[in-house]
Amino acid sequence: MTGIKSPDLASHDGHDHEPYVRVFEGAARQELDVLLGRYPTKMAALLPALWIVQRERGWVSDKGMAEVAEVLELTPAYVKGVVTFYTMYHQHPVGKYFIQVCTTSPCGICGADDVVKAFLQHTRTGELGLTSDDDRYTVIEVECLGACGFPTPVMINEEFIESVSPETVPEILAKLQ
Amino acid sequence: MSEPKMINLMIEGRPVSVPEGTSILEAAKTAGILIPHYCYHPSLPIPGVCRMCLVEVEKAPKLAPSCATSVAEGQVVHVHTERALEARKGVLEFLLINHPLDCPICDQSGECELQDYTYQEGRADSRYHDPKRFNPVEDFGGDVLYVPNRCILCTRCVRFMDDVANDTVLNVSERGDRALIGKFEGKDLTHPWASNVIDLCPVGALLSKDFLNKARAWELDRAASICPNCTQGCNIMIETRDNSVARLKPRPNEDVNKFFMCDYGRLNYRWMNRQDRAEAPLVRMNGVLSKSDWEGAIHAAASIIGNNNVFVVASPMLSNEALFLLSELIEHNSGKGAFRVATGEEAPLPGVEDLALRRDRAANVVGAELLGYTRMENPLSDLADGAVLIVADDDLEGLPADQIARASAVIVIGTVLPAGVESPAVVLPIANFSEEEGTFTNLRGRVQRFTQAKAPPGLARPSWLVLGDLLGALGAQTSFFLPGDVFANLAASRPGFAGLSYERLGLRGLPVVDAMAGAGQ
Amino acid sequence: MGYPHKSHERETPLLSKYFGDAEARTLDGWKKRGGYQALEKALAMSPADIVNIVKESGLRGRGGAGFPTGMKWSFMKPGDGKPHYLCCNADESEPGTFKDREVMRWTPHALVEGCAIGSYAIGAETCYIYIRGEFTEPLHWMEKAVSEAYEAGILGANAMGTGKRIDMHVHKGAGAYICGEETAMMNSLEGRRGNPRIKPPFPAVAGVFGQPTTINNVETLAAVPDILMNGAEWYKGMSLSNPKSTGTKLFSVCGNIRYPGTYEVVMGFPFKDFLYDVCGGPVHGRSLKAVIPGGASVPIQTMEEAEATLMDYEGFVEQGSMLGSGGVIVIDDAQSMVRVIARLARFFAHESCAQCTQCREGTAWTTKILERIRDGQGTMEDLDTLIDIAENMTGTTICVLSDSCATPVISGIKKFRHEFESLIVGKRIHAVTAAVA
Repeated sequence: MTGIKSPDLASHDGHDHEPYVRVFEGAARQELDVLLGRYPTKMAALLPALWIVQRERGWVSDKGMAEVAEVLELTPAYVKGVVTFYTMYHQHPVGKYFIQVCTTSPCGICGADDVVKAFLQHTRTGELGLTSDDDRYTVIEVECLGACGFPTPVMINEEFIESVSPETVPEILAKLQ
Repeated sequence: MSEPKMINLMIEGRPVSVPEGTSILEAAKTAGILIPHYCYHPSLPIPGVCRMCLVEVEKAPKLAPSCATSVAEGQVVHVHTERALEARKGVLEFLLINHPLDCPICDQSGECELQDYTYQEGRADSRYHDPKRFNPVEDFGGDVLYVPNRCILCTRCVRFMDDVANDTVLNVSERGDRALIGKFEGKDLTHPWASNVIDLCPVGALLSKDFLNKARAWELDRAASICPNCTQGCNIMIETRDNSVARLKPRPNEDVNKFFMCDYGRLNYRWMNRQDRAEAPLVRMNGVLSKSDWEGAIHAAASIIGNNNVFVVASPMLSNEALFLLSELIEHNSGKGAFRVATGEEAPLPGVEDLALRRDRAANVVGAELLGYTRMENPLSDLADGAVLIVADDDLEGLPADQIARASAVIVIGTVLPAGVESPAVVLPIANFSEEEGTFTNLRGRVQRFTQAKAPPGLARPSWLVLGDLLGALGAQTSFFLPGDVFANLAASRPGFAGLSYERLGLRGLPVVDAMAGAGQ
Repeated sequence: MGYPHKSHERETPLLSKYFGDAEARTLDGWKKRGGYQALEKALAMSPADIVNIVKESGLRGRGGAGFPTGMKWSFMKPGDGKPHYLCCNADESEPGTFKDREVMRWTPHALVEGCAIGSYAIGAETCYIYIRGEFTEPLHWMEKAVSEAYEAGILGANAMGTGKRIDMHVHKGAGAYICGEETAMMNSLEGRRGNPRIKPPFPAVAGVFGQPTTINNVETLAAVPDILMNGAEWYKGMSLSNPKSTGTKLFSVCGNIRYPGTYEVVMGFPFKDFLYDVCGGPVHGRSLKAVIPGGASVPIQTMEEAEATLMDYEGFVEQGSMLGSGGVIVIDDAQSMVRVIARLARFFAHESCAQCTQCREGTAWTTKILERIRDGQGTMEDLDTLIDIAENMTGTTICVLSDSCATPVISGIKKFRHEFESLIVGKRIHAVTAAVA
């Protein structure tokens, strides 16, 4: 298992805050201000800003998009168009551990489908994209993770795990406990 | 400004000469060749995404998107070679694989570019046998309904809202074949010019809720006209079915409204179909208002007017022709004319210079001013005791009824019976603007023609005809057989209009040259 | 070094010399290995001289298109008064390709150095390194390397104490293969959907933020320091076949091969030796059936073609394919080509940006038909339709994603038609998908 350790997505809310709690206050706002200095336009900070929202909230809600739109002087519809383009922004709450298994051809011919099955079985999510009853896991198939020489690569939140086989799945999940 | 460099090329065997930087698609238009296209629209930025306008350019390895390819000297372009036709046939097939082919229940049917080009260049059958993508219909707010299954993702609507309306409420959501036009929950198409996306949509994906299931495109009769709902004077098409206005559509005019009209103007047409109209000439006899024939009514009105002082309350919705004839009457009887204007908030279309829904919500405010009428809050306040009051299509709604009583007699020349007039002496029913021909002068002094879209109700007659007859009955030398005759007379006698004629105006209009200086603006 | 394996004697490790060497990741470790000498040398040269050396060296784009790097740099007009940008394309997403990942994971400072030299050469004060969002580990090391370089004064307003400004920022993508297309990347960087743009205007005229921009692949930029240190002749000398293909190339090998990993060989290396000797050939008991040699977008090679190939830009074209990104996908006789191709098509359908009609609809349609054939529901007409759709998808769109989807379909049906037909007529071929031990 290589790869960097990343913290769990700490505030995996799973719901909208009522009333909405702004993301870009205090430290996150300062972080954004640093980012803004890197680009000649505010719009260019959109992807980084959305990453901050996802890090802080676990997903990018409509209200999160509206806040990003406001701080970057865009419209919410514009932001939504961008969010829906990129696959890594969660538009719905996901499990505490978001498990992405690469199944594109190079991994597909090395048994990735069985790895997917193993994850679905051991996480008890049953179906791709669904979150387990205890809100712990969501398993999806992902398109080429760019680590084809280490089939099957799996991403769990920010952590990248190489050479996963159906047999190693329980062990990996156990480490998450 | 230096003359643009001209580029010479051949398109479909025809020599074409256009300024440098022109696209092949636009250059082909000048030669009378329409290259099929969807995403391209002359008023919008060019994304080059529908790939429908592919043409073959000699010596180029690939087919060129003609909307996004500039002309080059000596270029030889083929629109209808087998290769280009095959490519476009391919695009049409791709566009139709997920399309529901529900033309029989689609409002766009008959004016759908997907239909048109498929008939023209597409395959007769489909090789697609797999399930079609489905997305539910969505209410985009305003007057707009989105039917995603018919959408071809040309993005004209998104670009209009972005770049012309400067109100990014639409987006392309998702990607791949899941893509569709999206908006943000709670942010609707409420921009005052938003409904133009319906016209821009080349297929039946964006529909007018107002027009939904109202008529088939081929059942509609169309008449070139001018939007009467503000002083901008957007060129429009009035579309009627069974003598009833079904919808208004913008008619392109580079100098006035480009391709657009606002939602207020577009949807404010129901009054043209009013049922409570004055339909027969009425004359008061023995205290009772009774039906009369036209000749009797005209003579009755003429005898009441006689040599008396007159005061005219005119509607700024009347044509230049009607206002001119009324002004002749005013001059004849040394009277006065006044008008009032309903106002509202101005709503510009940011992407087009000098295009807005104007504050003054009537078509011919400038025409009325040019023809000598005084704009007033309450036009009745100038009514002198004992004068004959001629109410020319003002409904008098909200004006003090007691002031009317100052008049010795009231003659109504209008589409409806005005409020507060207890006892008009004569009522001469006239056609509304959609039922007659004439001209309006817009806020920039541009005189523009409108044509008749439907028939007037009952015995109502065009305003110019009624007023011409009345002037004749008063002893003036008049012989008007056509509204153009009235306009010729106007052009001959009012310096601002000098040199103008219906022929010269055409359907795009011309500005009143010197008159604006004297218009008291 | 054939990471994760130890270097094979027939490899020529330049870029991959320190793969697996954790110390090389740090600034100190990198300097110990001769790092940043090339940048020091470069900053003392004129930008034009650097461009000339790179031109001379014959270095070509390693991202897939193989455009001469020096020539690309020379399109950036010095002194035009506009801000110039360098974008490093680290959006490595082409299935089968994972070489840039290793460069960034193990030698992040090589890339920082290459980017800094590139920036200076094209007159750019700002360089963006666009890394795909899934590359959390490369991202981590690149961010660390960039901040180390800032702290050491290598980057910033006074780069290496020369008074020249070189800013460098790591930009994280968010999951979109198409952002590896240079104009899509520029849109993404600007905070837009990653839609490719129509060319012209070309990036060197109006690129990111509307300004002159050069986009180079990670491997390309990482190769620059060595070229500056050792000279163009040295680099040009590394060529076993065609003089138009020079230097070394990283190949990432995956699929049904004994030792998958990233290898570095001199241009023109025999592909047969590479597959069977360097990479260990097929896994036990299997034989190789096909190779997709340059990432999923290039035509599939039969083994006959592959074994006759010399590994360079021209060599792969001669044998019916392309060098592409150097992502070698090896397929053995246990695999169904229909399954492989159907899965590739699904990849492209998933990644299509949705702009062009042919791509948006064609990739999805192709996938549906292929999956139907895979599941035994296909017809012979489907094969003709597939070819026809693929032809309609080729050369008709803004970018080449559409072509990329069509390529394996056309080459697959042409070269392995019998596999399609046997699925259609009902004689299922033996297809094993489980991982082979």
